[in-house]
Amino acid sequence: MSVKYTNDHEWISLDGEIATVGVTAYALEQLGDLVFVEVPEAGRSVAKGDEAAVVESVKAASEVYAPVSGEVVEGNAAIADDPATVSGDPAGNGWFFKIKLSDMSELDGLMDETAYTAYVDSLD
Amino acid sequence: MRYLPHTEKDRKTMLKAIGANAVEDMYCDVPARALLQNPVDLPGFAGEMEVERTFADFAAKNLSPASAPSFLGAGAYRHHVPSSVDYLIQRGEFLTAYTPYQPEVSQGTLQYLYEFQTQVAMMTGMEVANASMYDGATATSEAVLMAVRATRRNRAVLAGGLHPHYFDVTKTSAHSLNIELVQPDSDPTSPADPTSVIDLIDDKTSCVVVQSPDVFGRIIDLRPIAEAAHAKGALVVAVTTEIVSLGLLEAPGNQGADIVAAEGQSLGNALSYGGPYVGLFATTSKLVRQMPGRVTGETQDVEGQRGWVLTLSTREQHIRREKATSNICTNAGLCALAFTIHASLLGEEGLSRLARLNHAGACKMADKLAGIDGVELMNESFFNEFTVKLSKPAEEVVEALAERGILGGVPLTRLLPERDDLKNFLLVTVTETNSDADMDALTQALGEIL
Repeated sequence: MSVKYTNDHEWISLDGEIATVGVTAYALEQLGDLVFVEVPEAGRSVAKGDEAAVVESVKAASEVYAPVSGEVVEGNAAIADDPATVSGDPAGNGWFFKIKLSDMSELDGLMDETAYTAYVDSLD
Repeated sequence: MRYLPHTEKDRKTMLKAIGANAVEDMYCDVPARALLQNPVDLPGFAGEMEVERTFADFAAKNLSPASAPSFLGAGAYRHHVPSSVDYLIQRGEFLTAYTPYQPEVSQGTLQYLYEFQTQVAMMTGMEVANASMYDGATATSEAVLMAVRATRRNRAVLAGGLHPHYFDVTKTSAHSLNIELVQPDSDPTSPADPTSVIDLIDDKTSCVVVQSPDVFGRIIDLRPIAEAAHAKGALVVAVTTEIVSLGLLEAPGNQGADIVAAEGQSLGNALSYGGPYVGLFATTSKLVRQMPGRVTGETQDVEGQRGWVLTLSTREQHIRREKATSNICTNAGLCALAFTIHASLLGEEGLSRLARLNHAGACKMADKLAGIDGVELMNESFFNEFTVKLSKPAEEVVEALAERGILGGVPLTRLLPERDDLKNFLLVTVTETNSDADMDALTQALGEIL
């Protein structure tokens, strides 16, 4: 399936029943250079909209929210060790965590790429 | 005329917004007996000289620790503070009790805070310390909140030897945040038993809070408790009310502590009726982003010169608003400065010698008291403070001692008023300020009273 997006600038990509979540290039550009990333540990249950991870730049500290409910199956330790990875490849190696969805229908409420691009344009 | 900018309508709007009917509703947590029922009975006016005389008469009724043999402690300790400390903190460059809001222009302030943090980290054996908290009790409360954030668990185990005031402050924060606090009964009659705490640690426990020396003066070995806590994924909060003890005792950081919360009053700061004091707060690098308060860091300016900045500010309230790590955005600046100057004057060796003097004095006093009929020493271990059991109620004995011009110690029922079983117990503190004559005076007077 294609990538979906939230109003809070997370992206989510589903593979089977496991989805990968990251932060969009637009949001990272707003934050500036990242100095710290905290990812959730495997096994943690999150509800849609919960704070799941933290990004901290030289300007601000912000939350990354869970776009869907489910159980975290993996946090990306590589970005916690080297936050620059996120800015370098936000849609690839810069992913934050993988989550096992508890309710597939929650994906329906999210934006597709066209809608997200229009949304970002409306913000500028 | 008082200037009160809000109209009756403004007040109604604000009260409605928070769901209260009247301003008095906001005091509902204050026990009714503590509320002022009638205006204080004061004359409408009096001349300055008259007021001065009245208050001088009031003050003369006090028996000050500075003018009497004093064995008071229990969280507030009288030490000799060199007069150079007071002189230096009053220099115009330093004399500001508040954290600067444009911090980097105040390089001198940031530098002494950096030195302060370094001293606290070294004394506690931890990797990082903040620029201070209000006092030991609020530092302890913040340590519990930090452990709850870091572990995402809502339960805290507090050892029975934690100072009851520290417990009460922690309970106040915990109550509003639905944190469950568990504490075994305090018992000064037997050696501190680590299993009383260890048995309460479960998979939902965020931290275990252990004070050493504890409120009865006993030295607690943190290691078995730390091992048990870490096995359950809980953090260890080490508390000390007497920072001078760390000149002699093993640092909590070397015993498995994840957070250290301490009172720093002993260095640089007077008893001063209980405050303002200076809270010390230290932790590990791993947990630094969950640490409350301000942190000064060392950096280089564009020309490569050494300089200081407030670092990790992105976690703080002025930037992160309601998502801030904690709601403390300040520190006890002037008290921290006094601490730093006193600690610098002592140096590492001086602190260790001061600690030895304290302990030696306490040993001498304990031996003298133990020789009196009607006095039983309870402690197997202590630093500069210990508990004795008397043959008469401690509060009465302390009054009788005060009549003889001696401040004999703190009755345990002053700290634990509901514990009638502790009414014969007295907490006695000895510091380097106590002379042999002080000790002889207490020994003789106690012998006569009991």
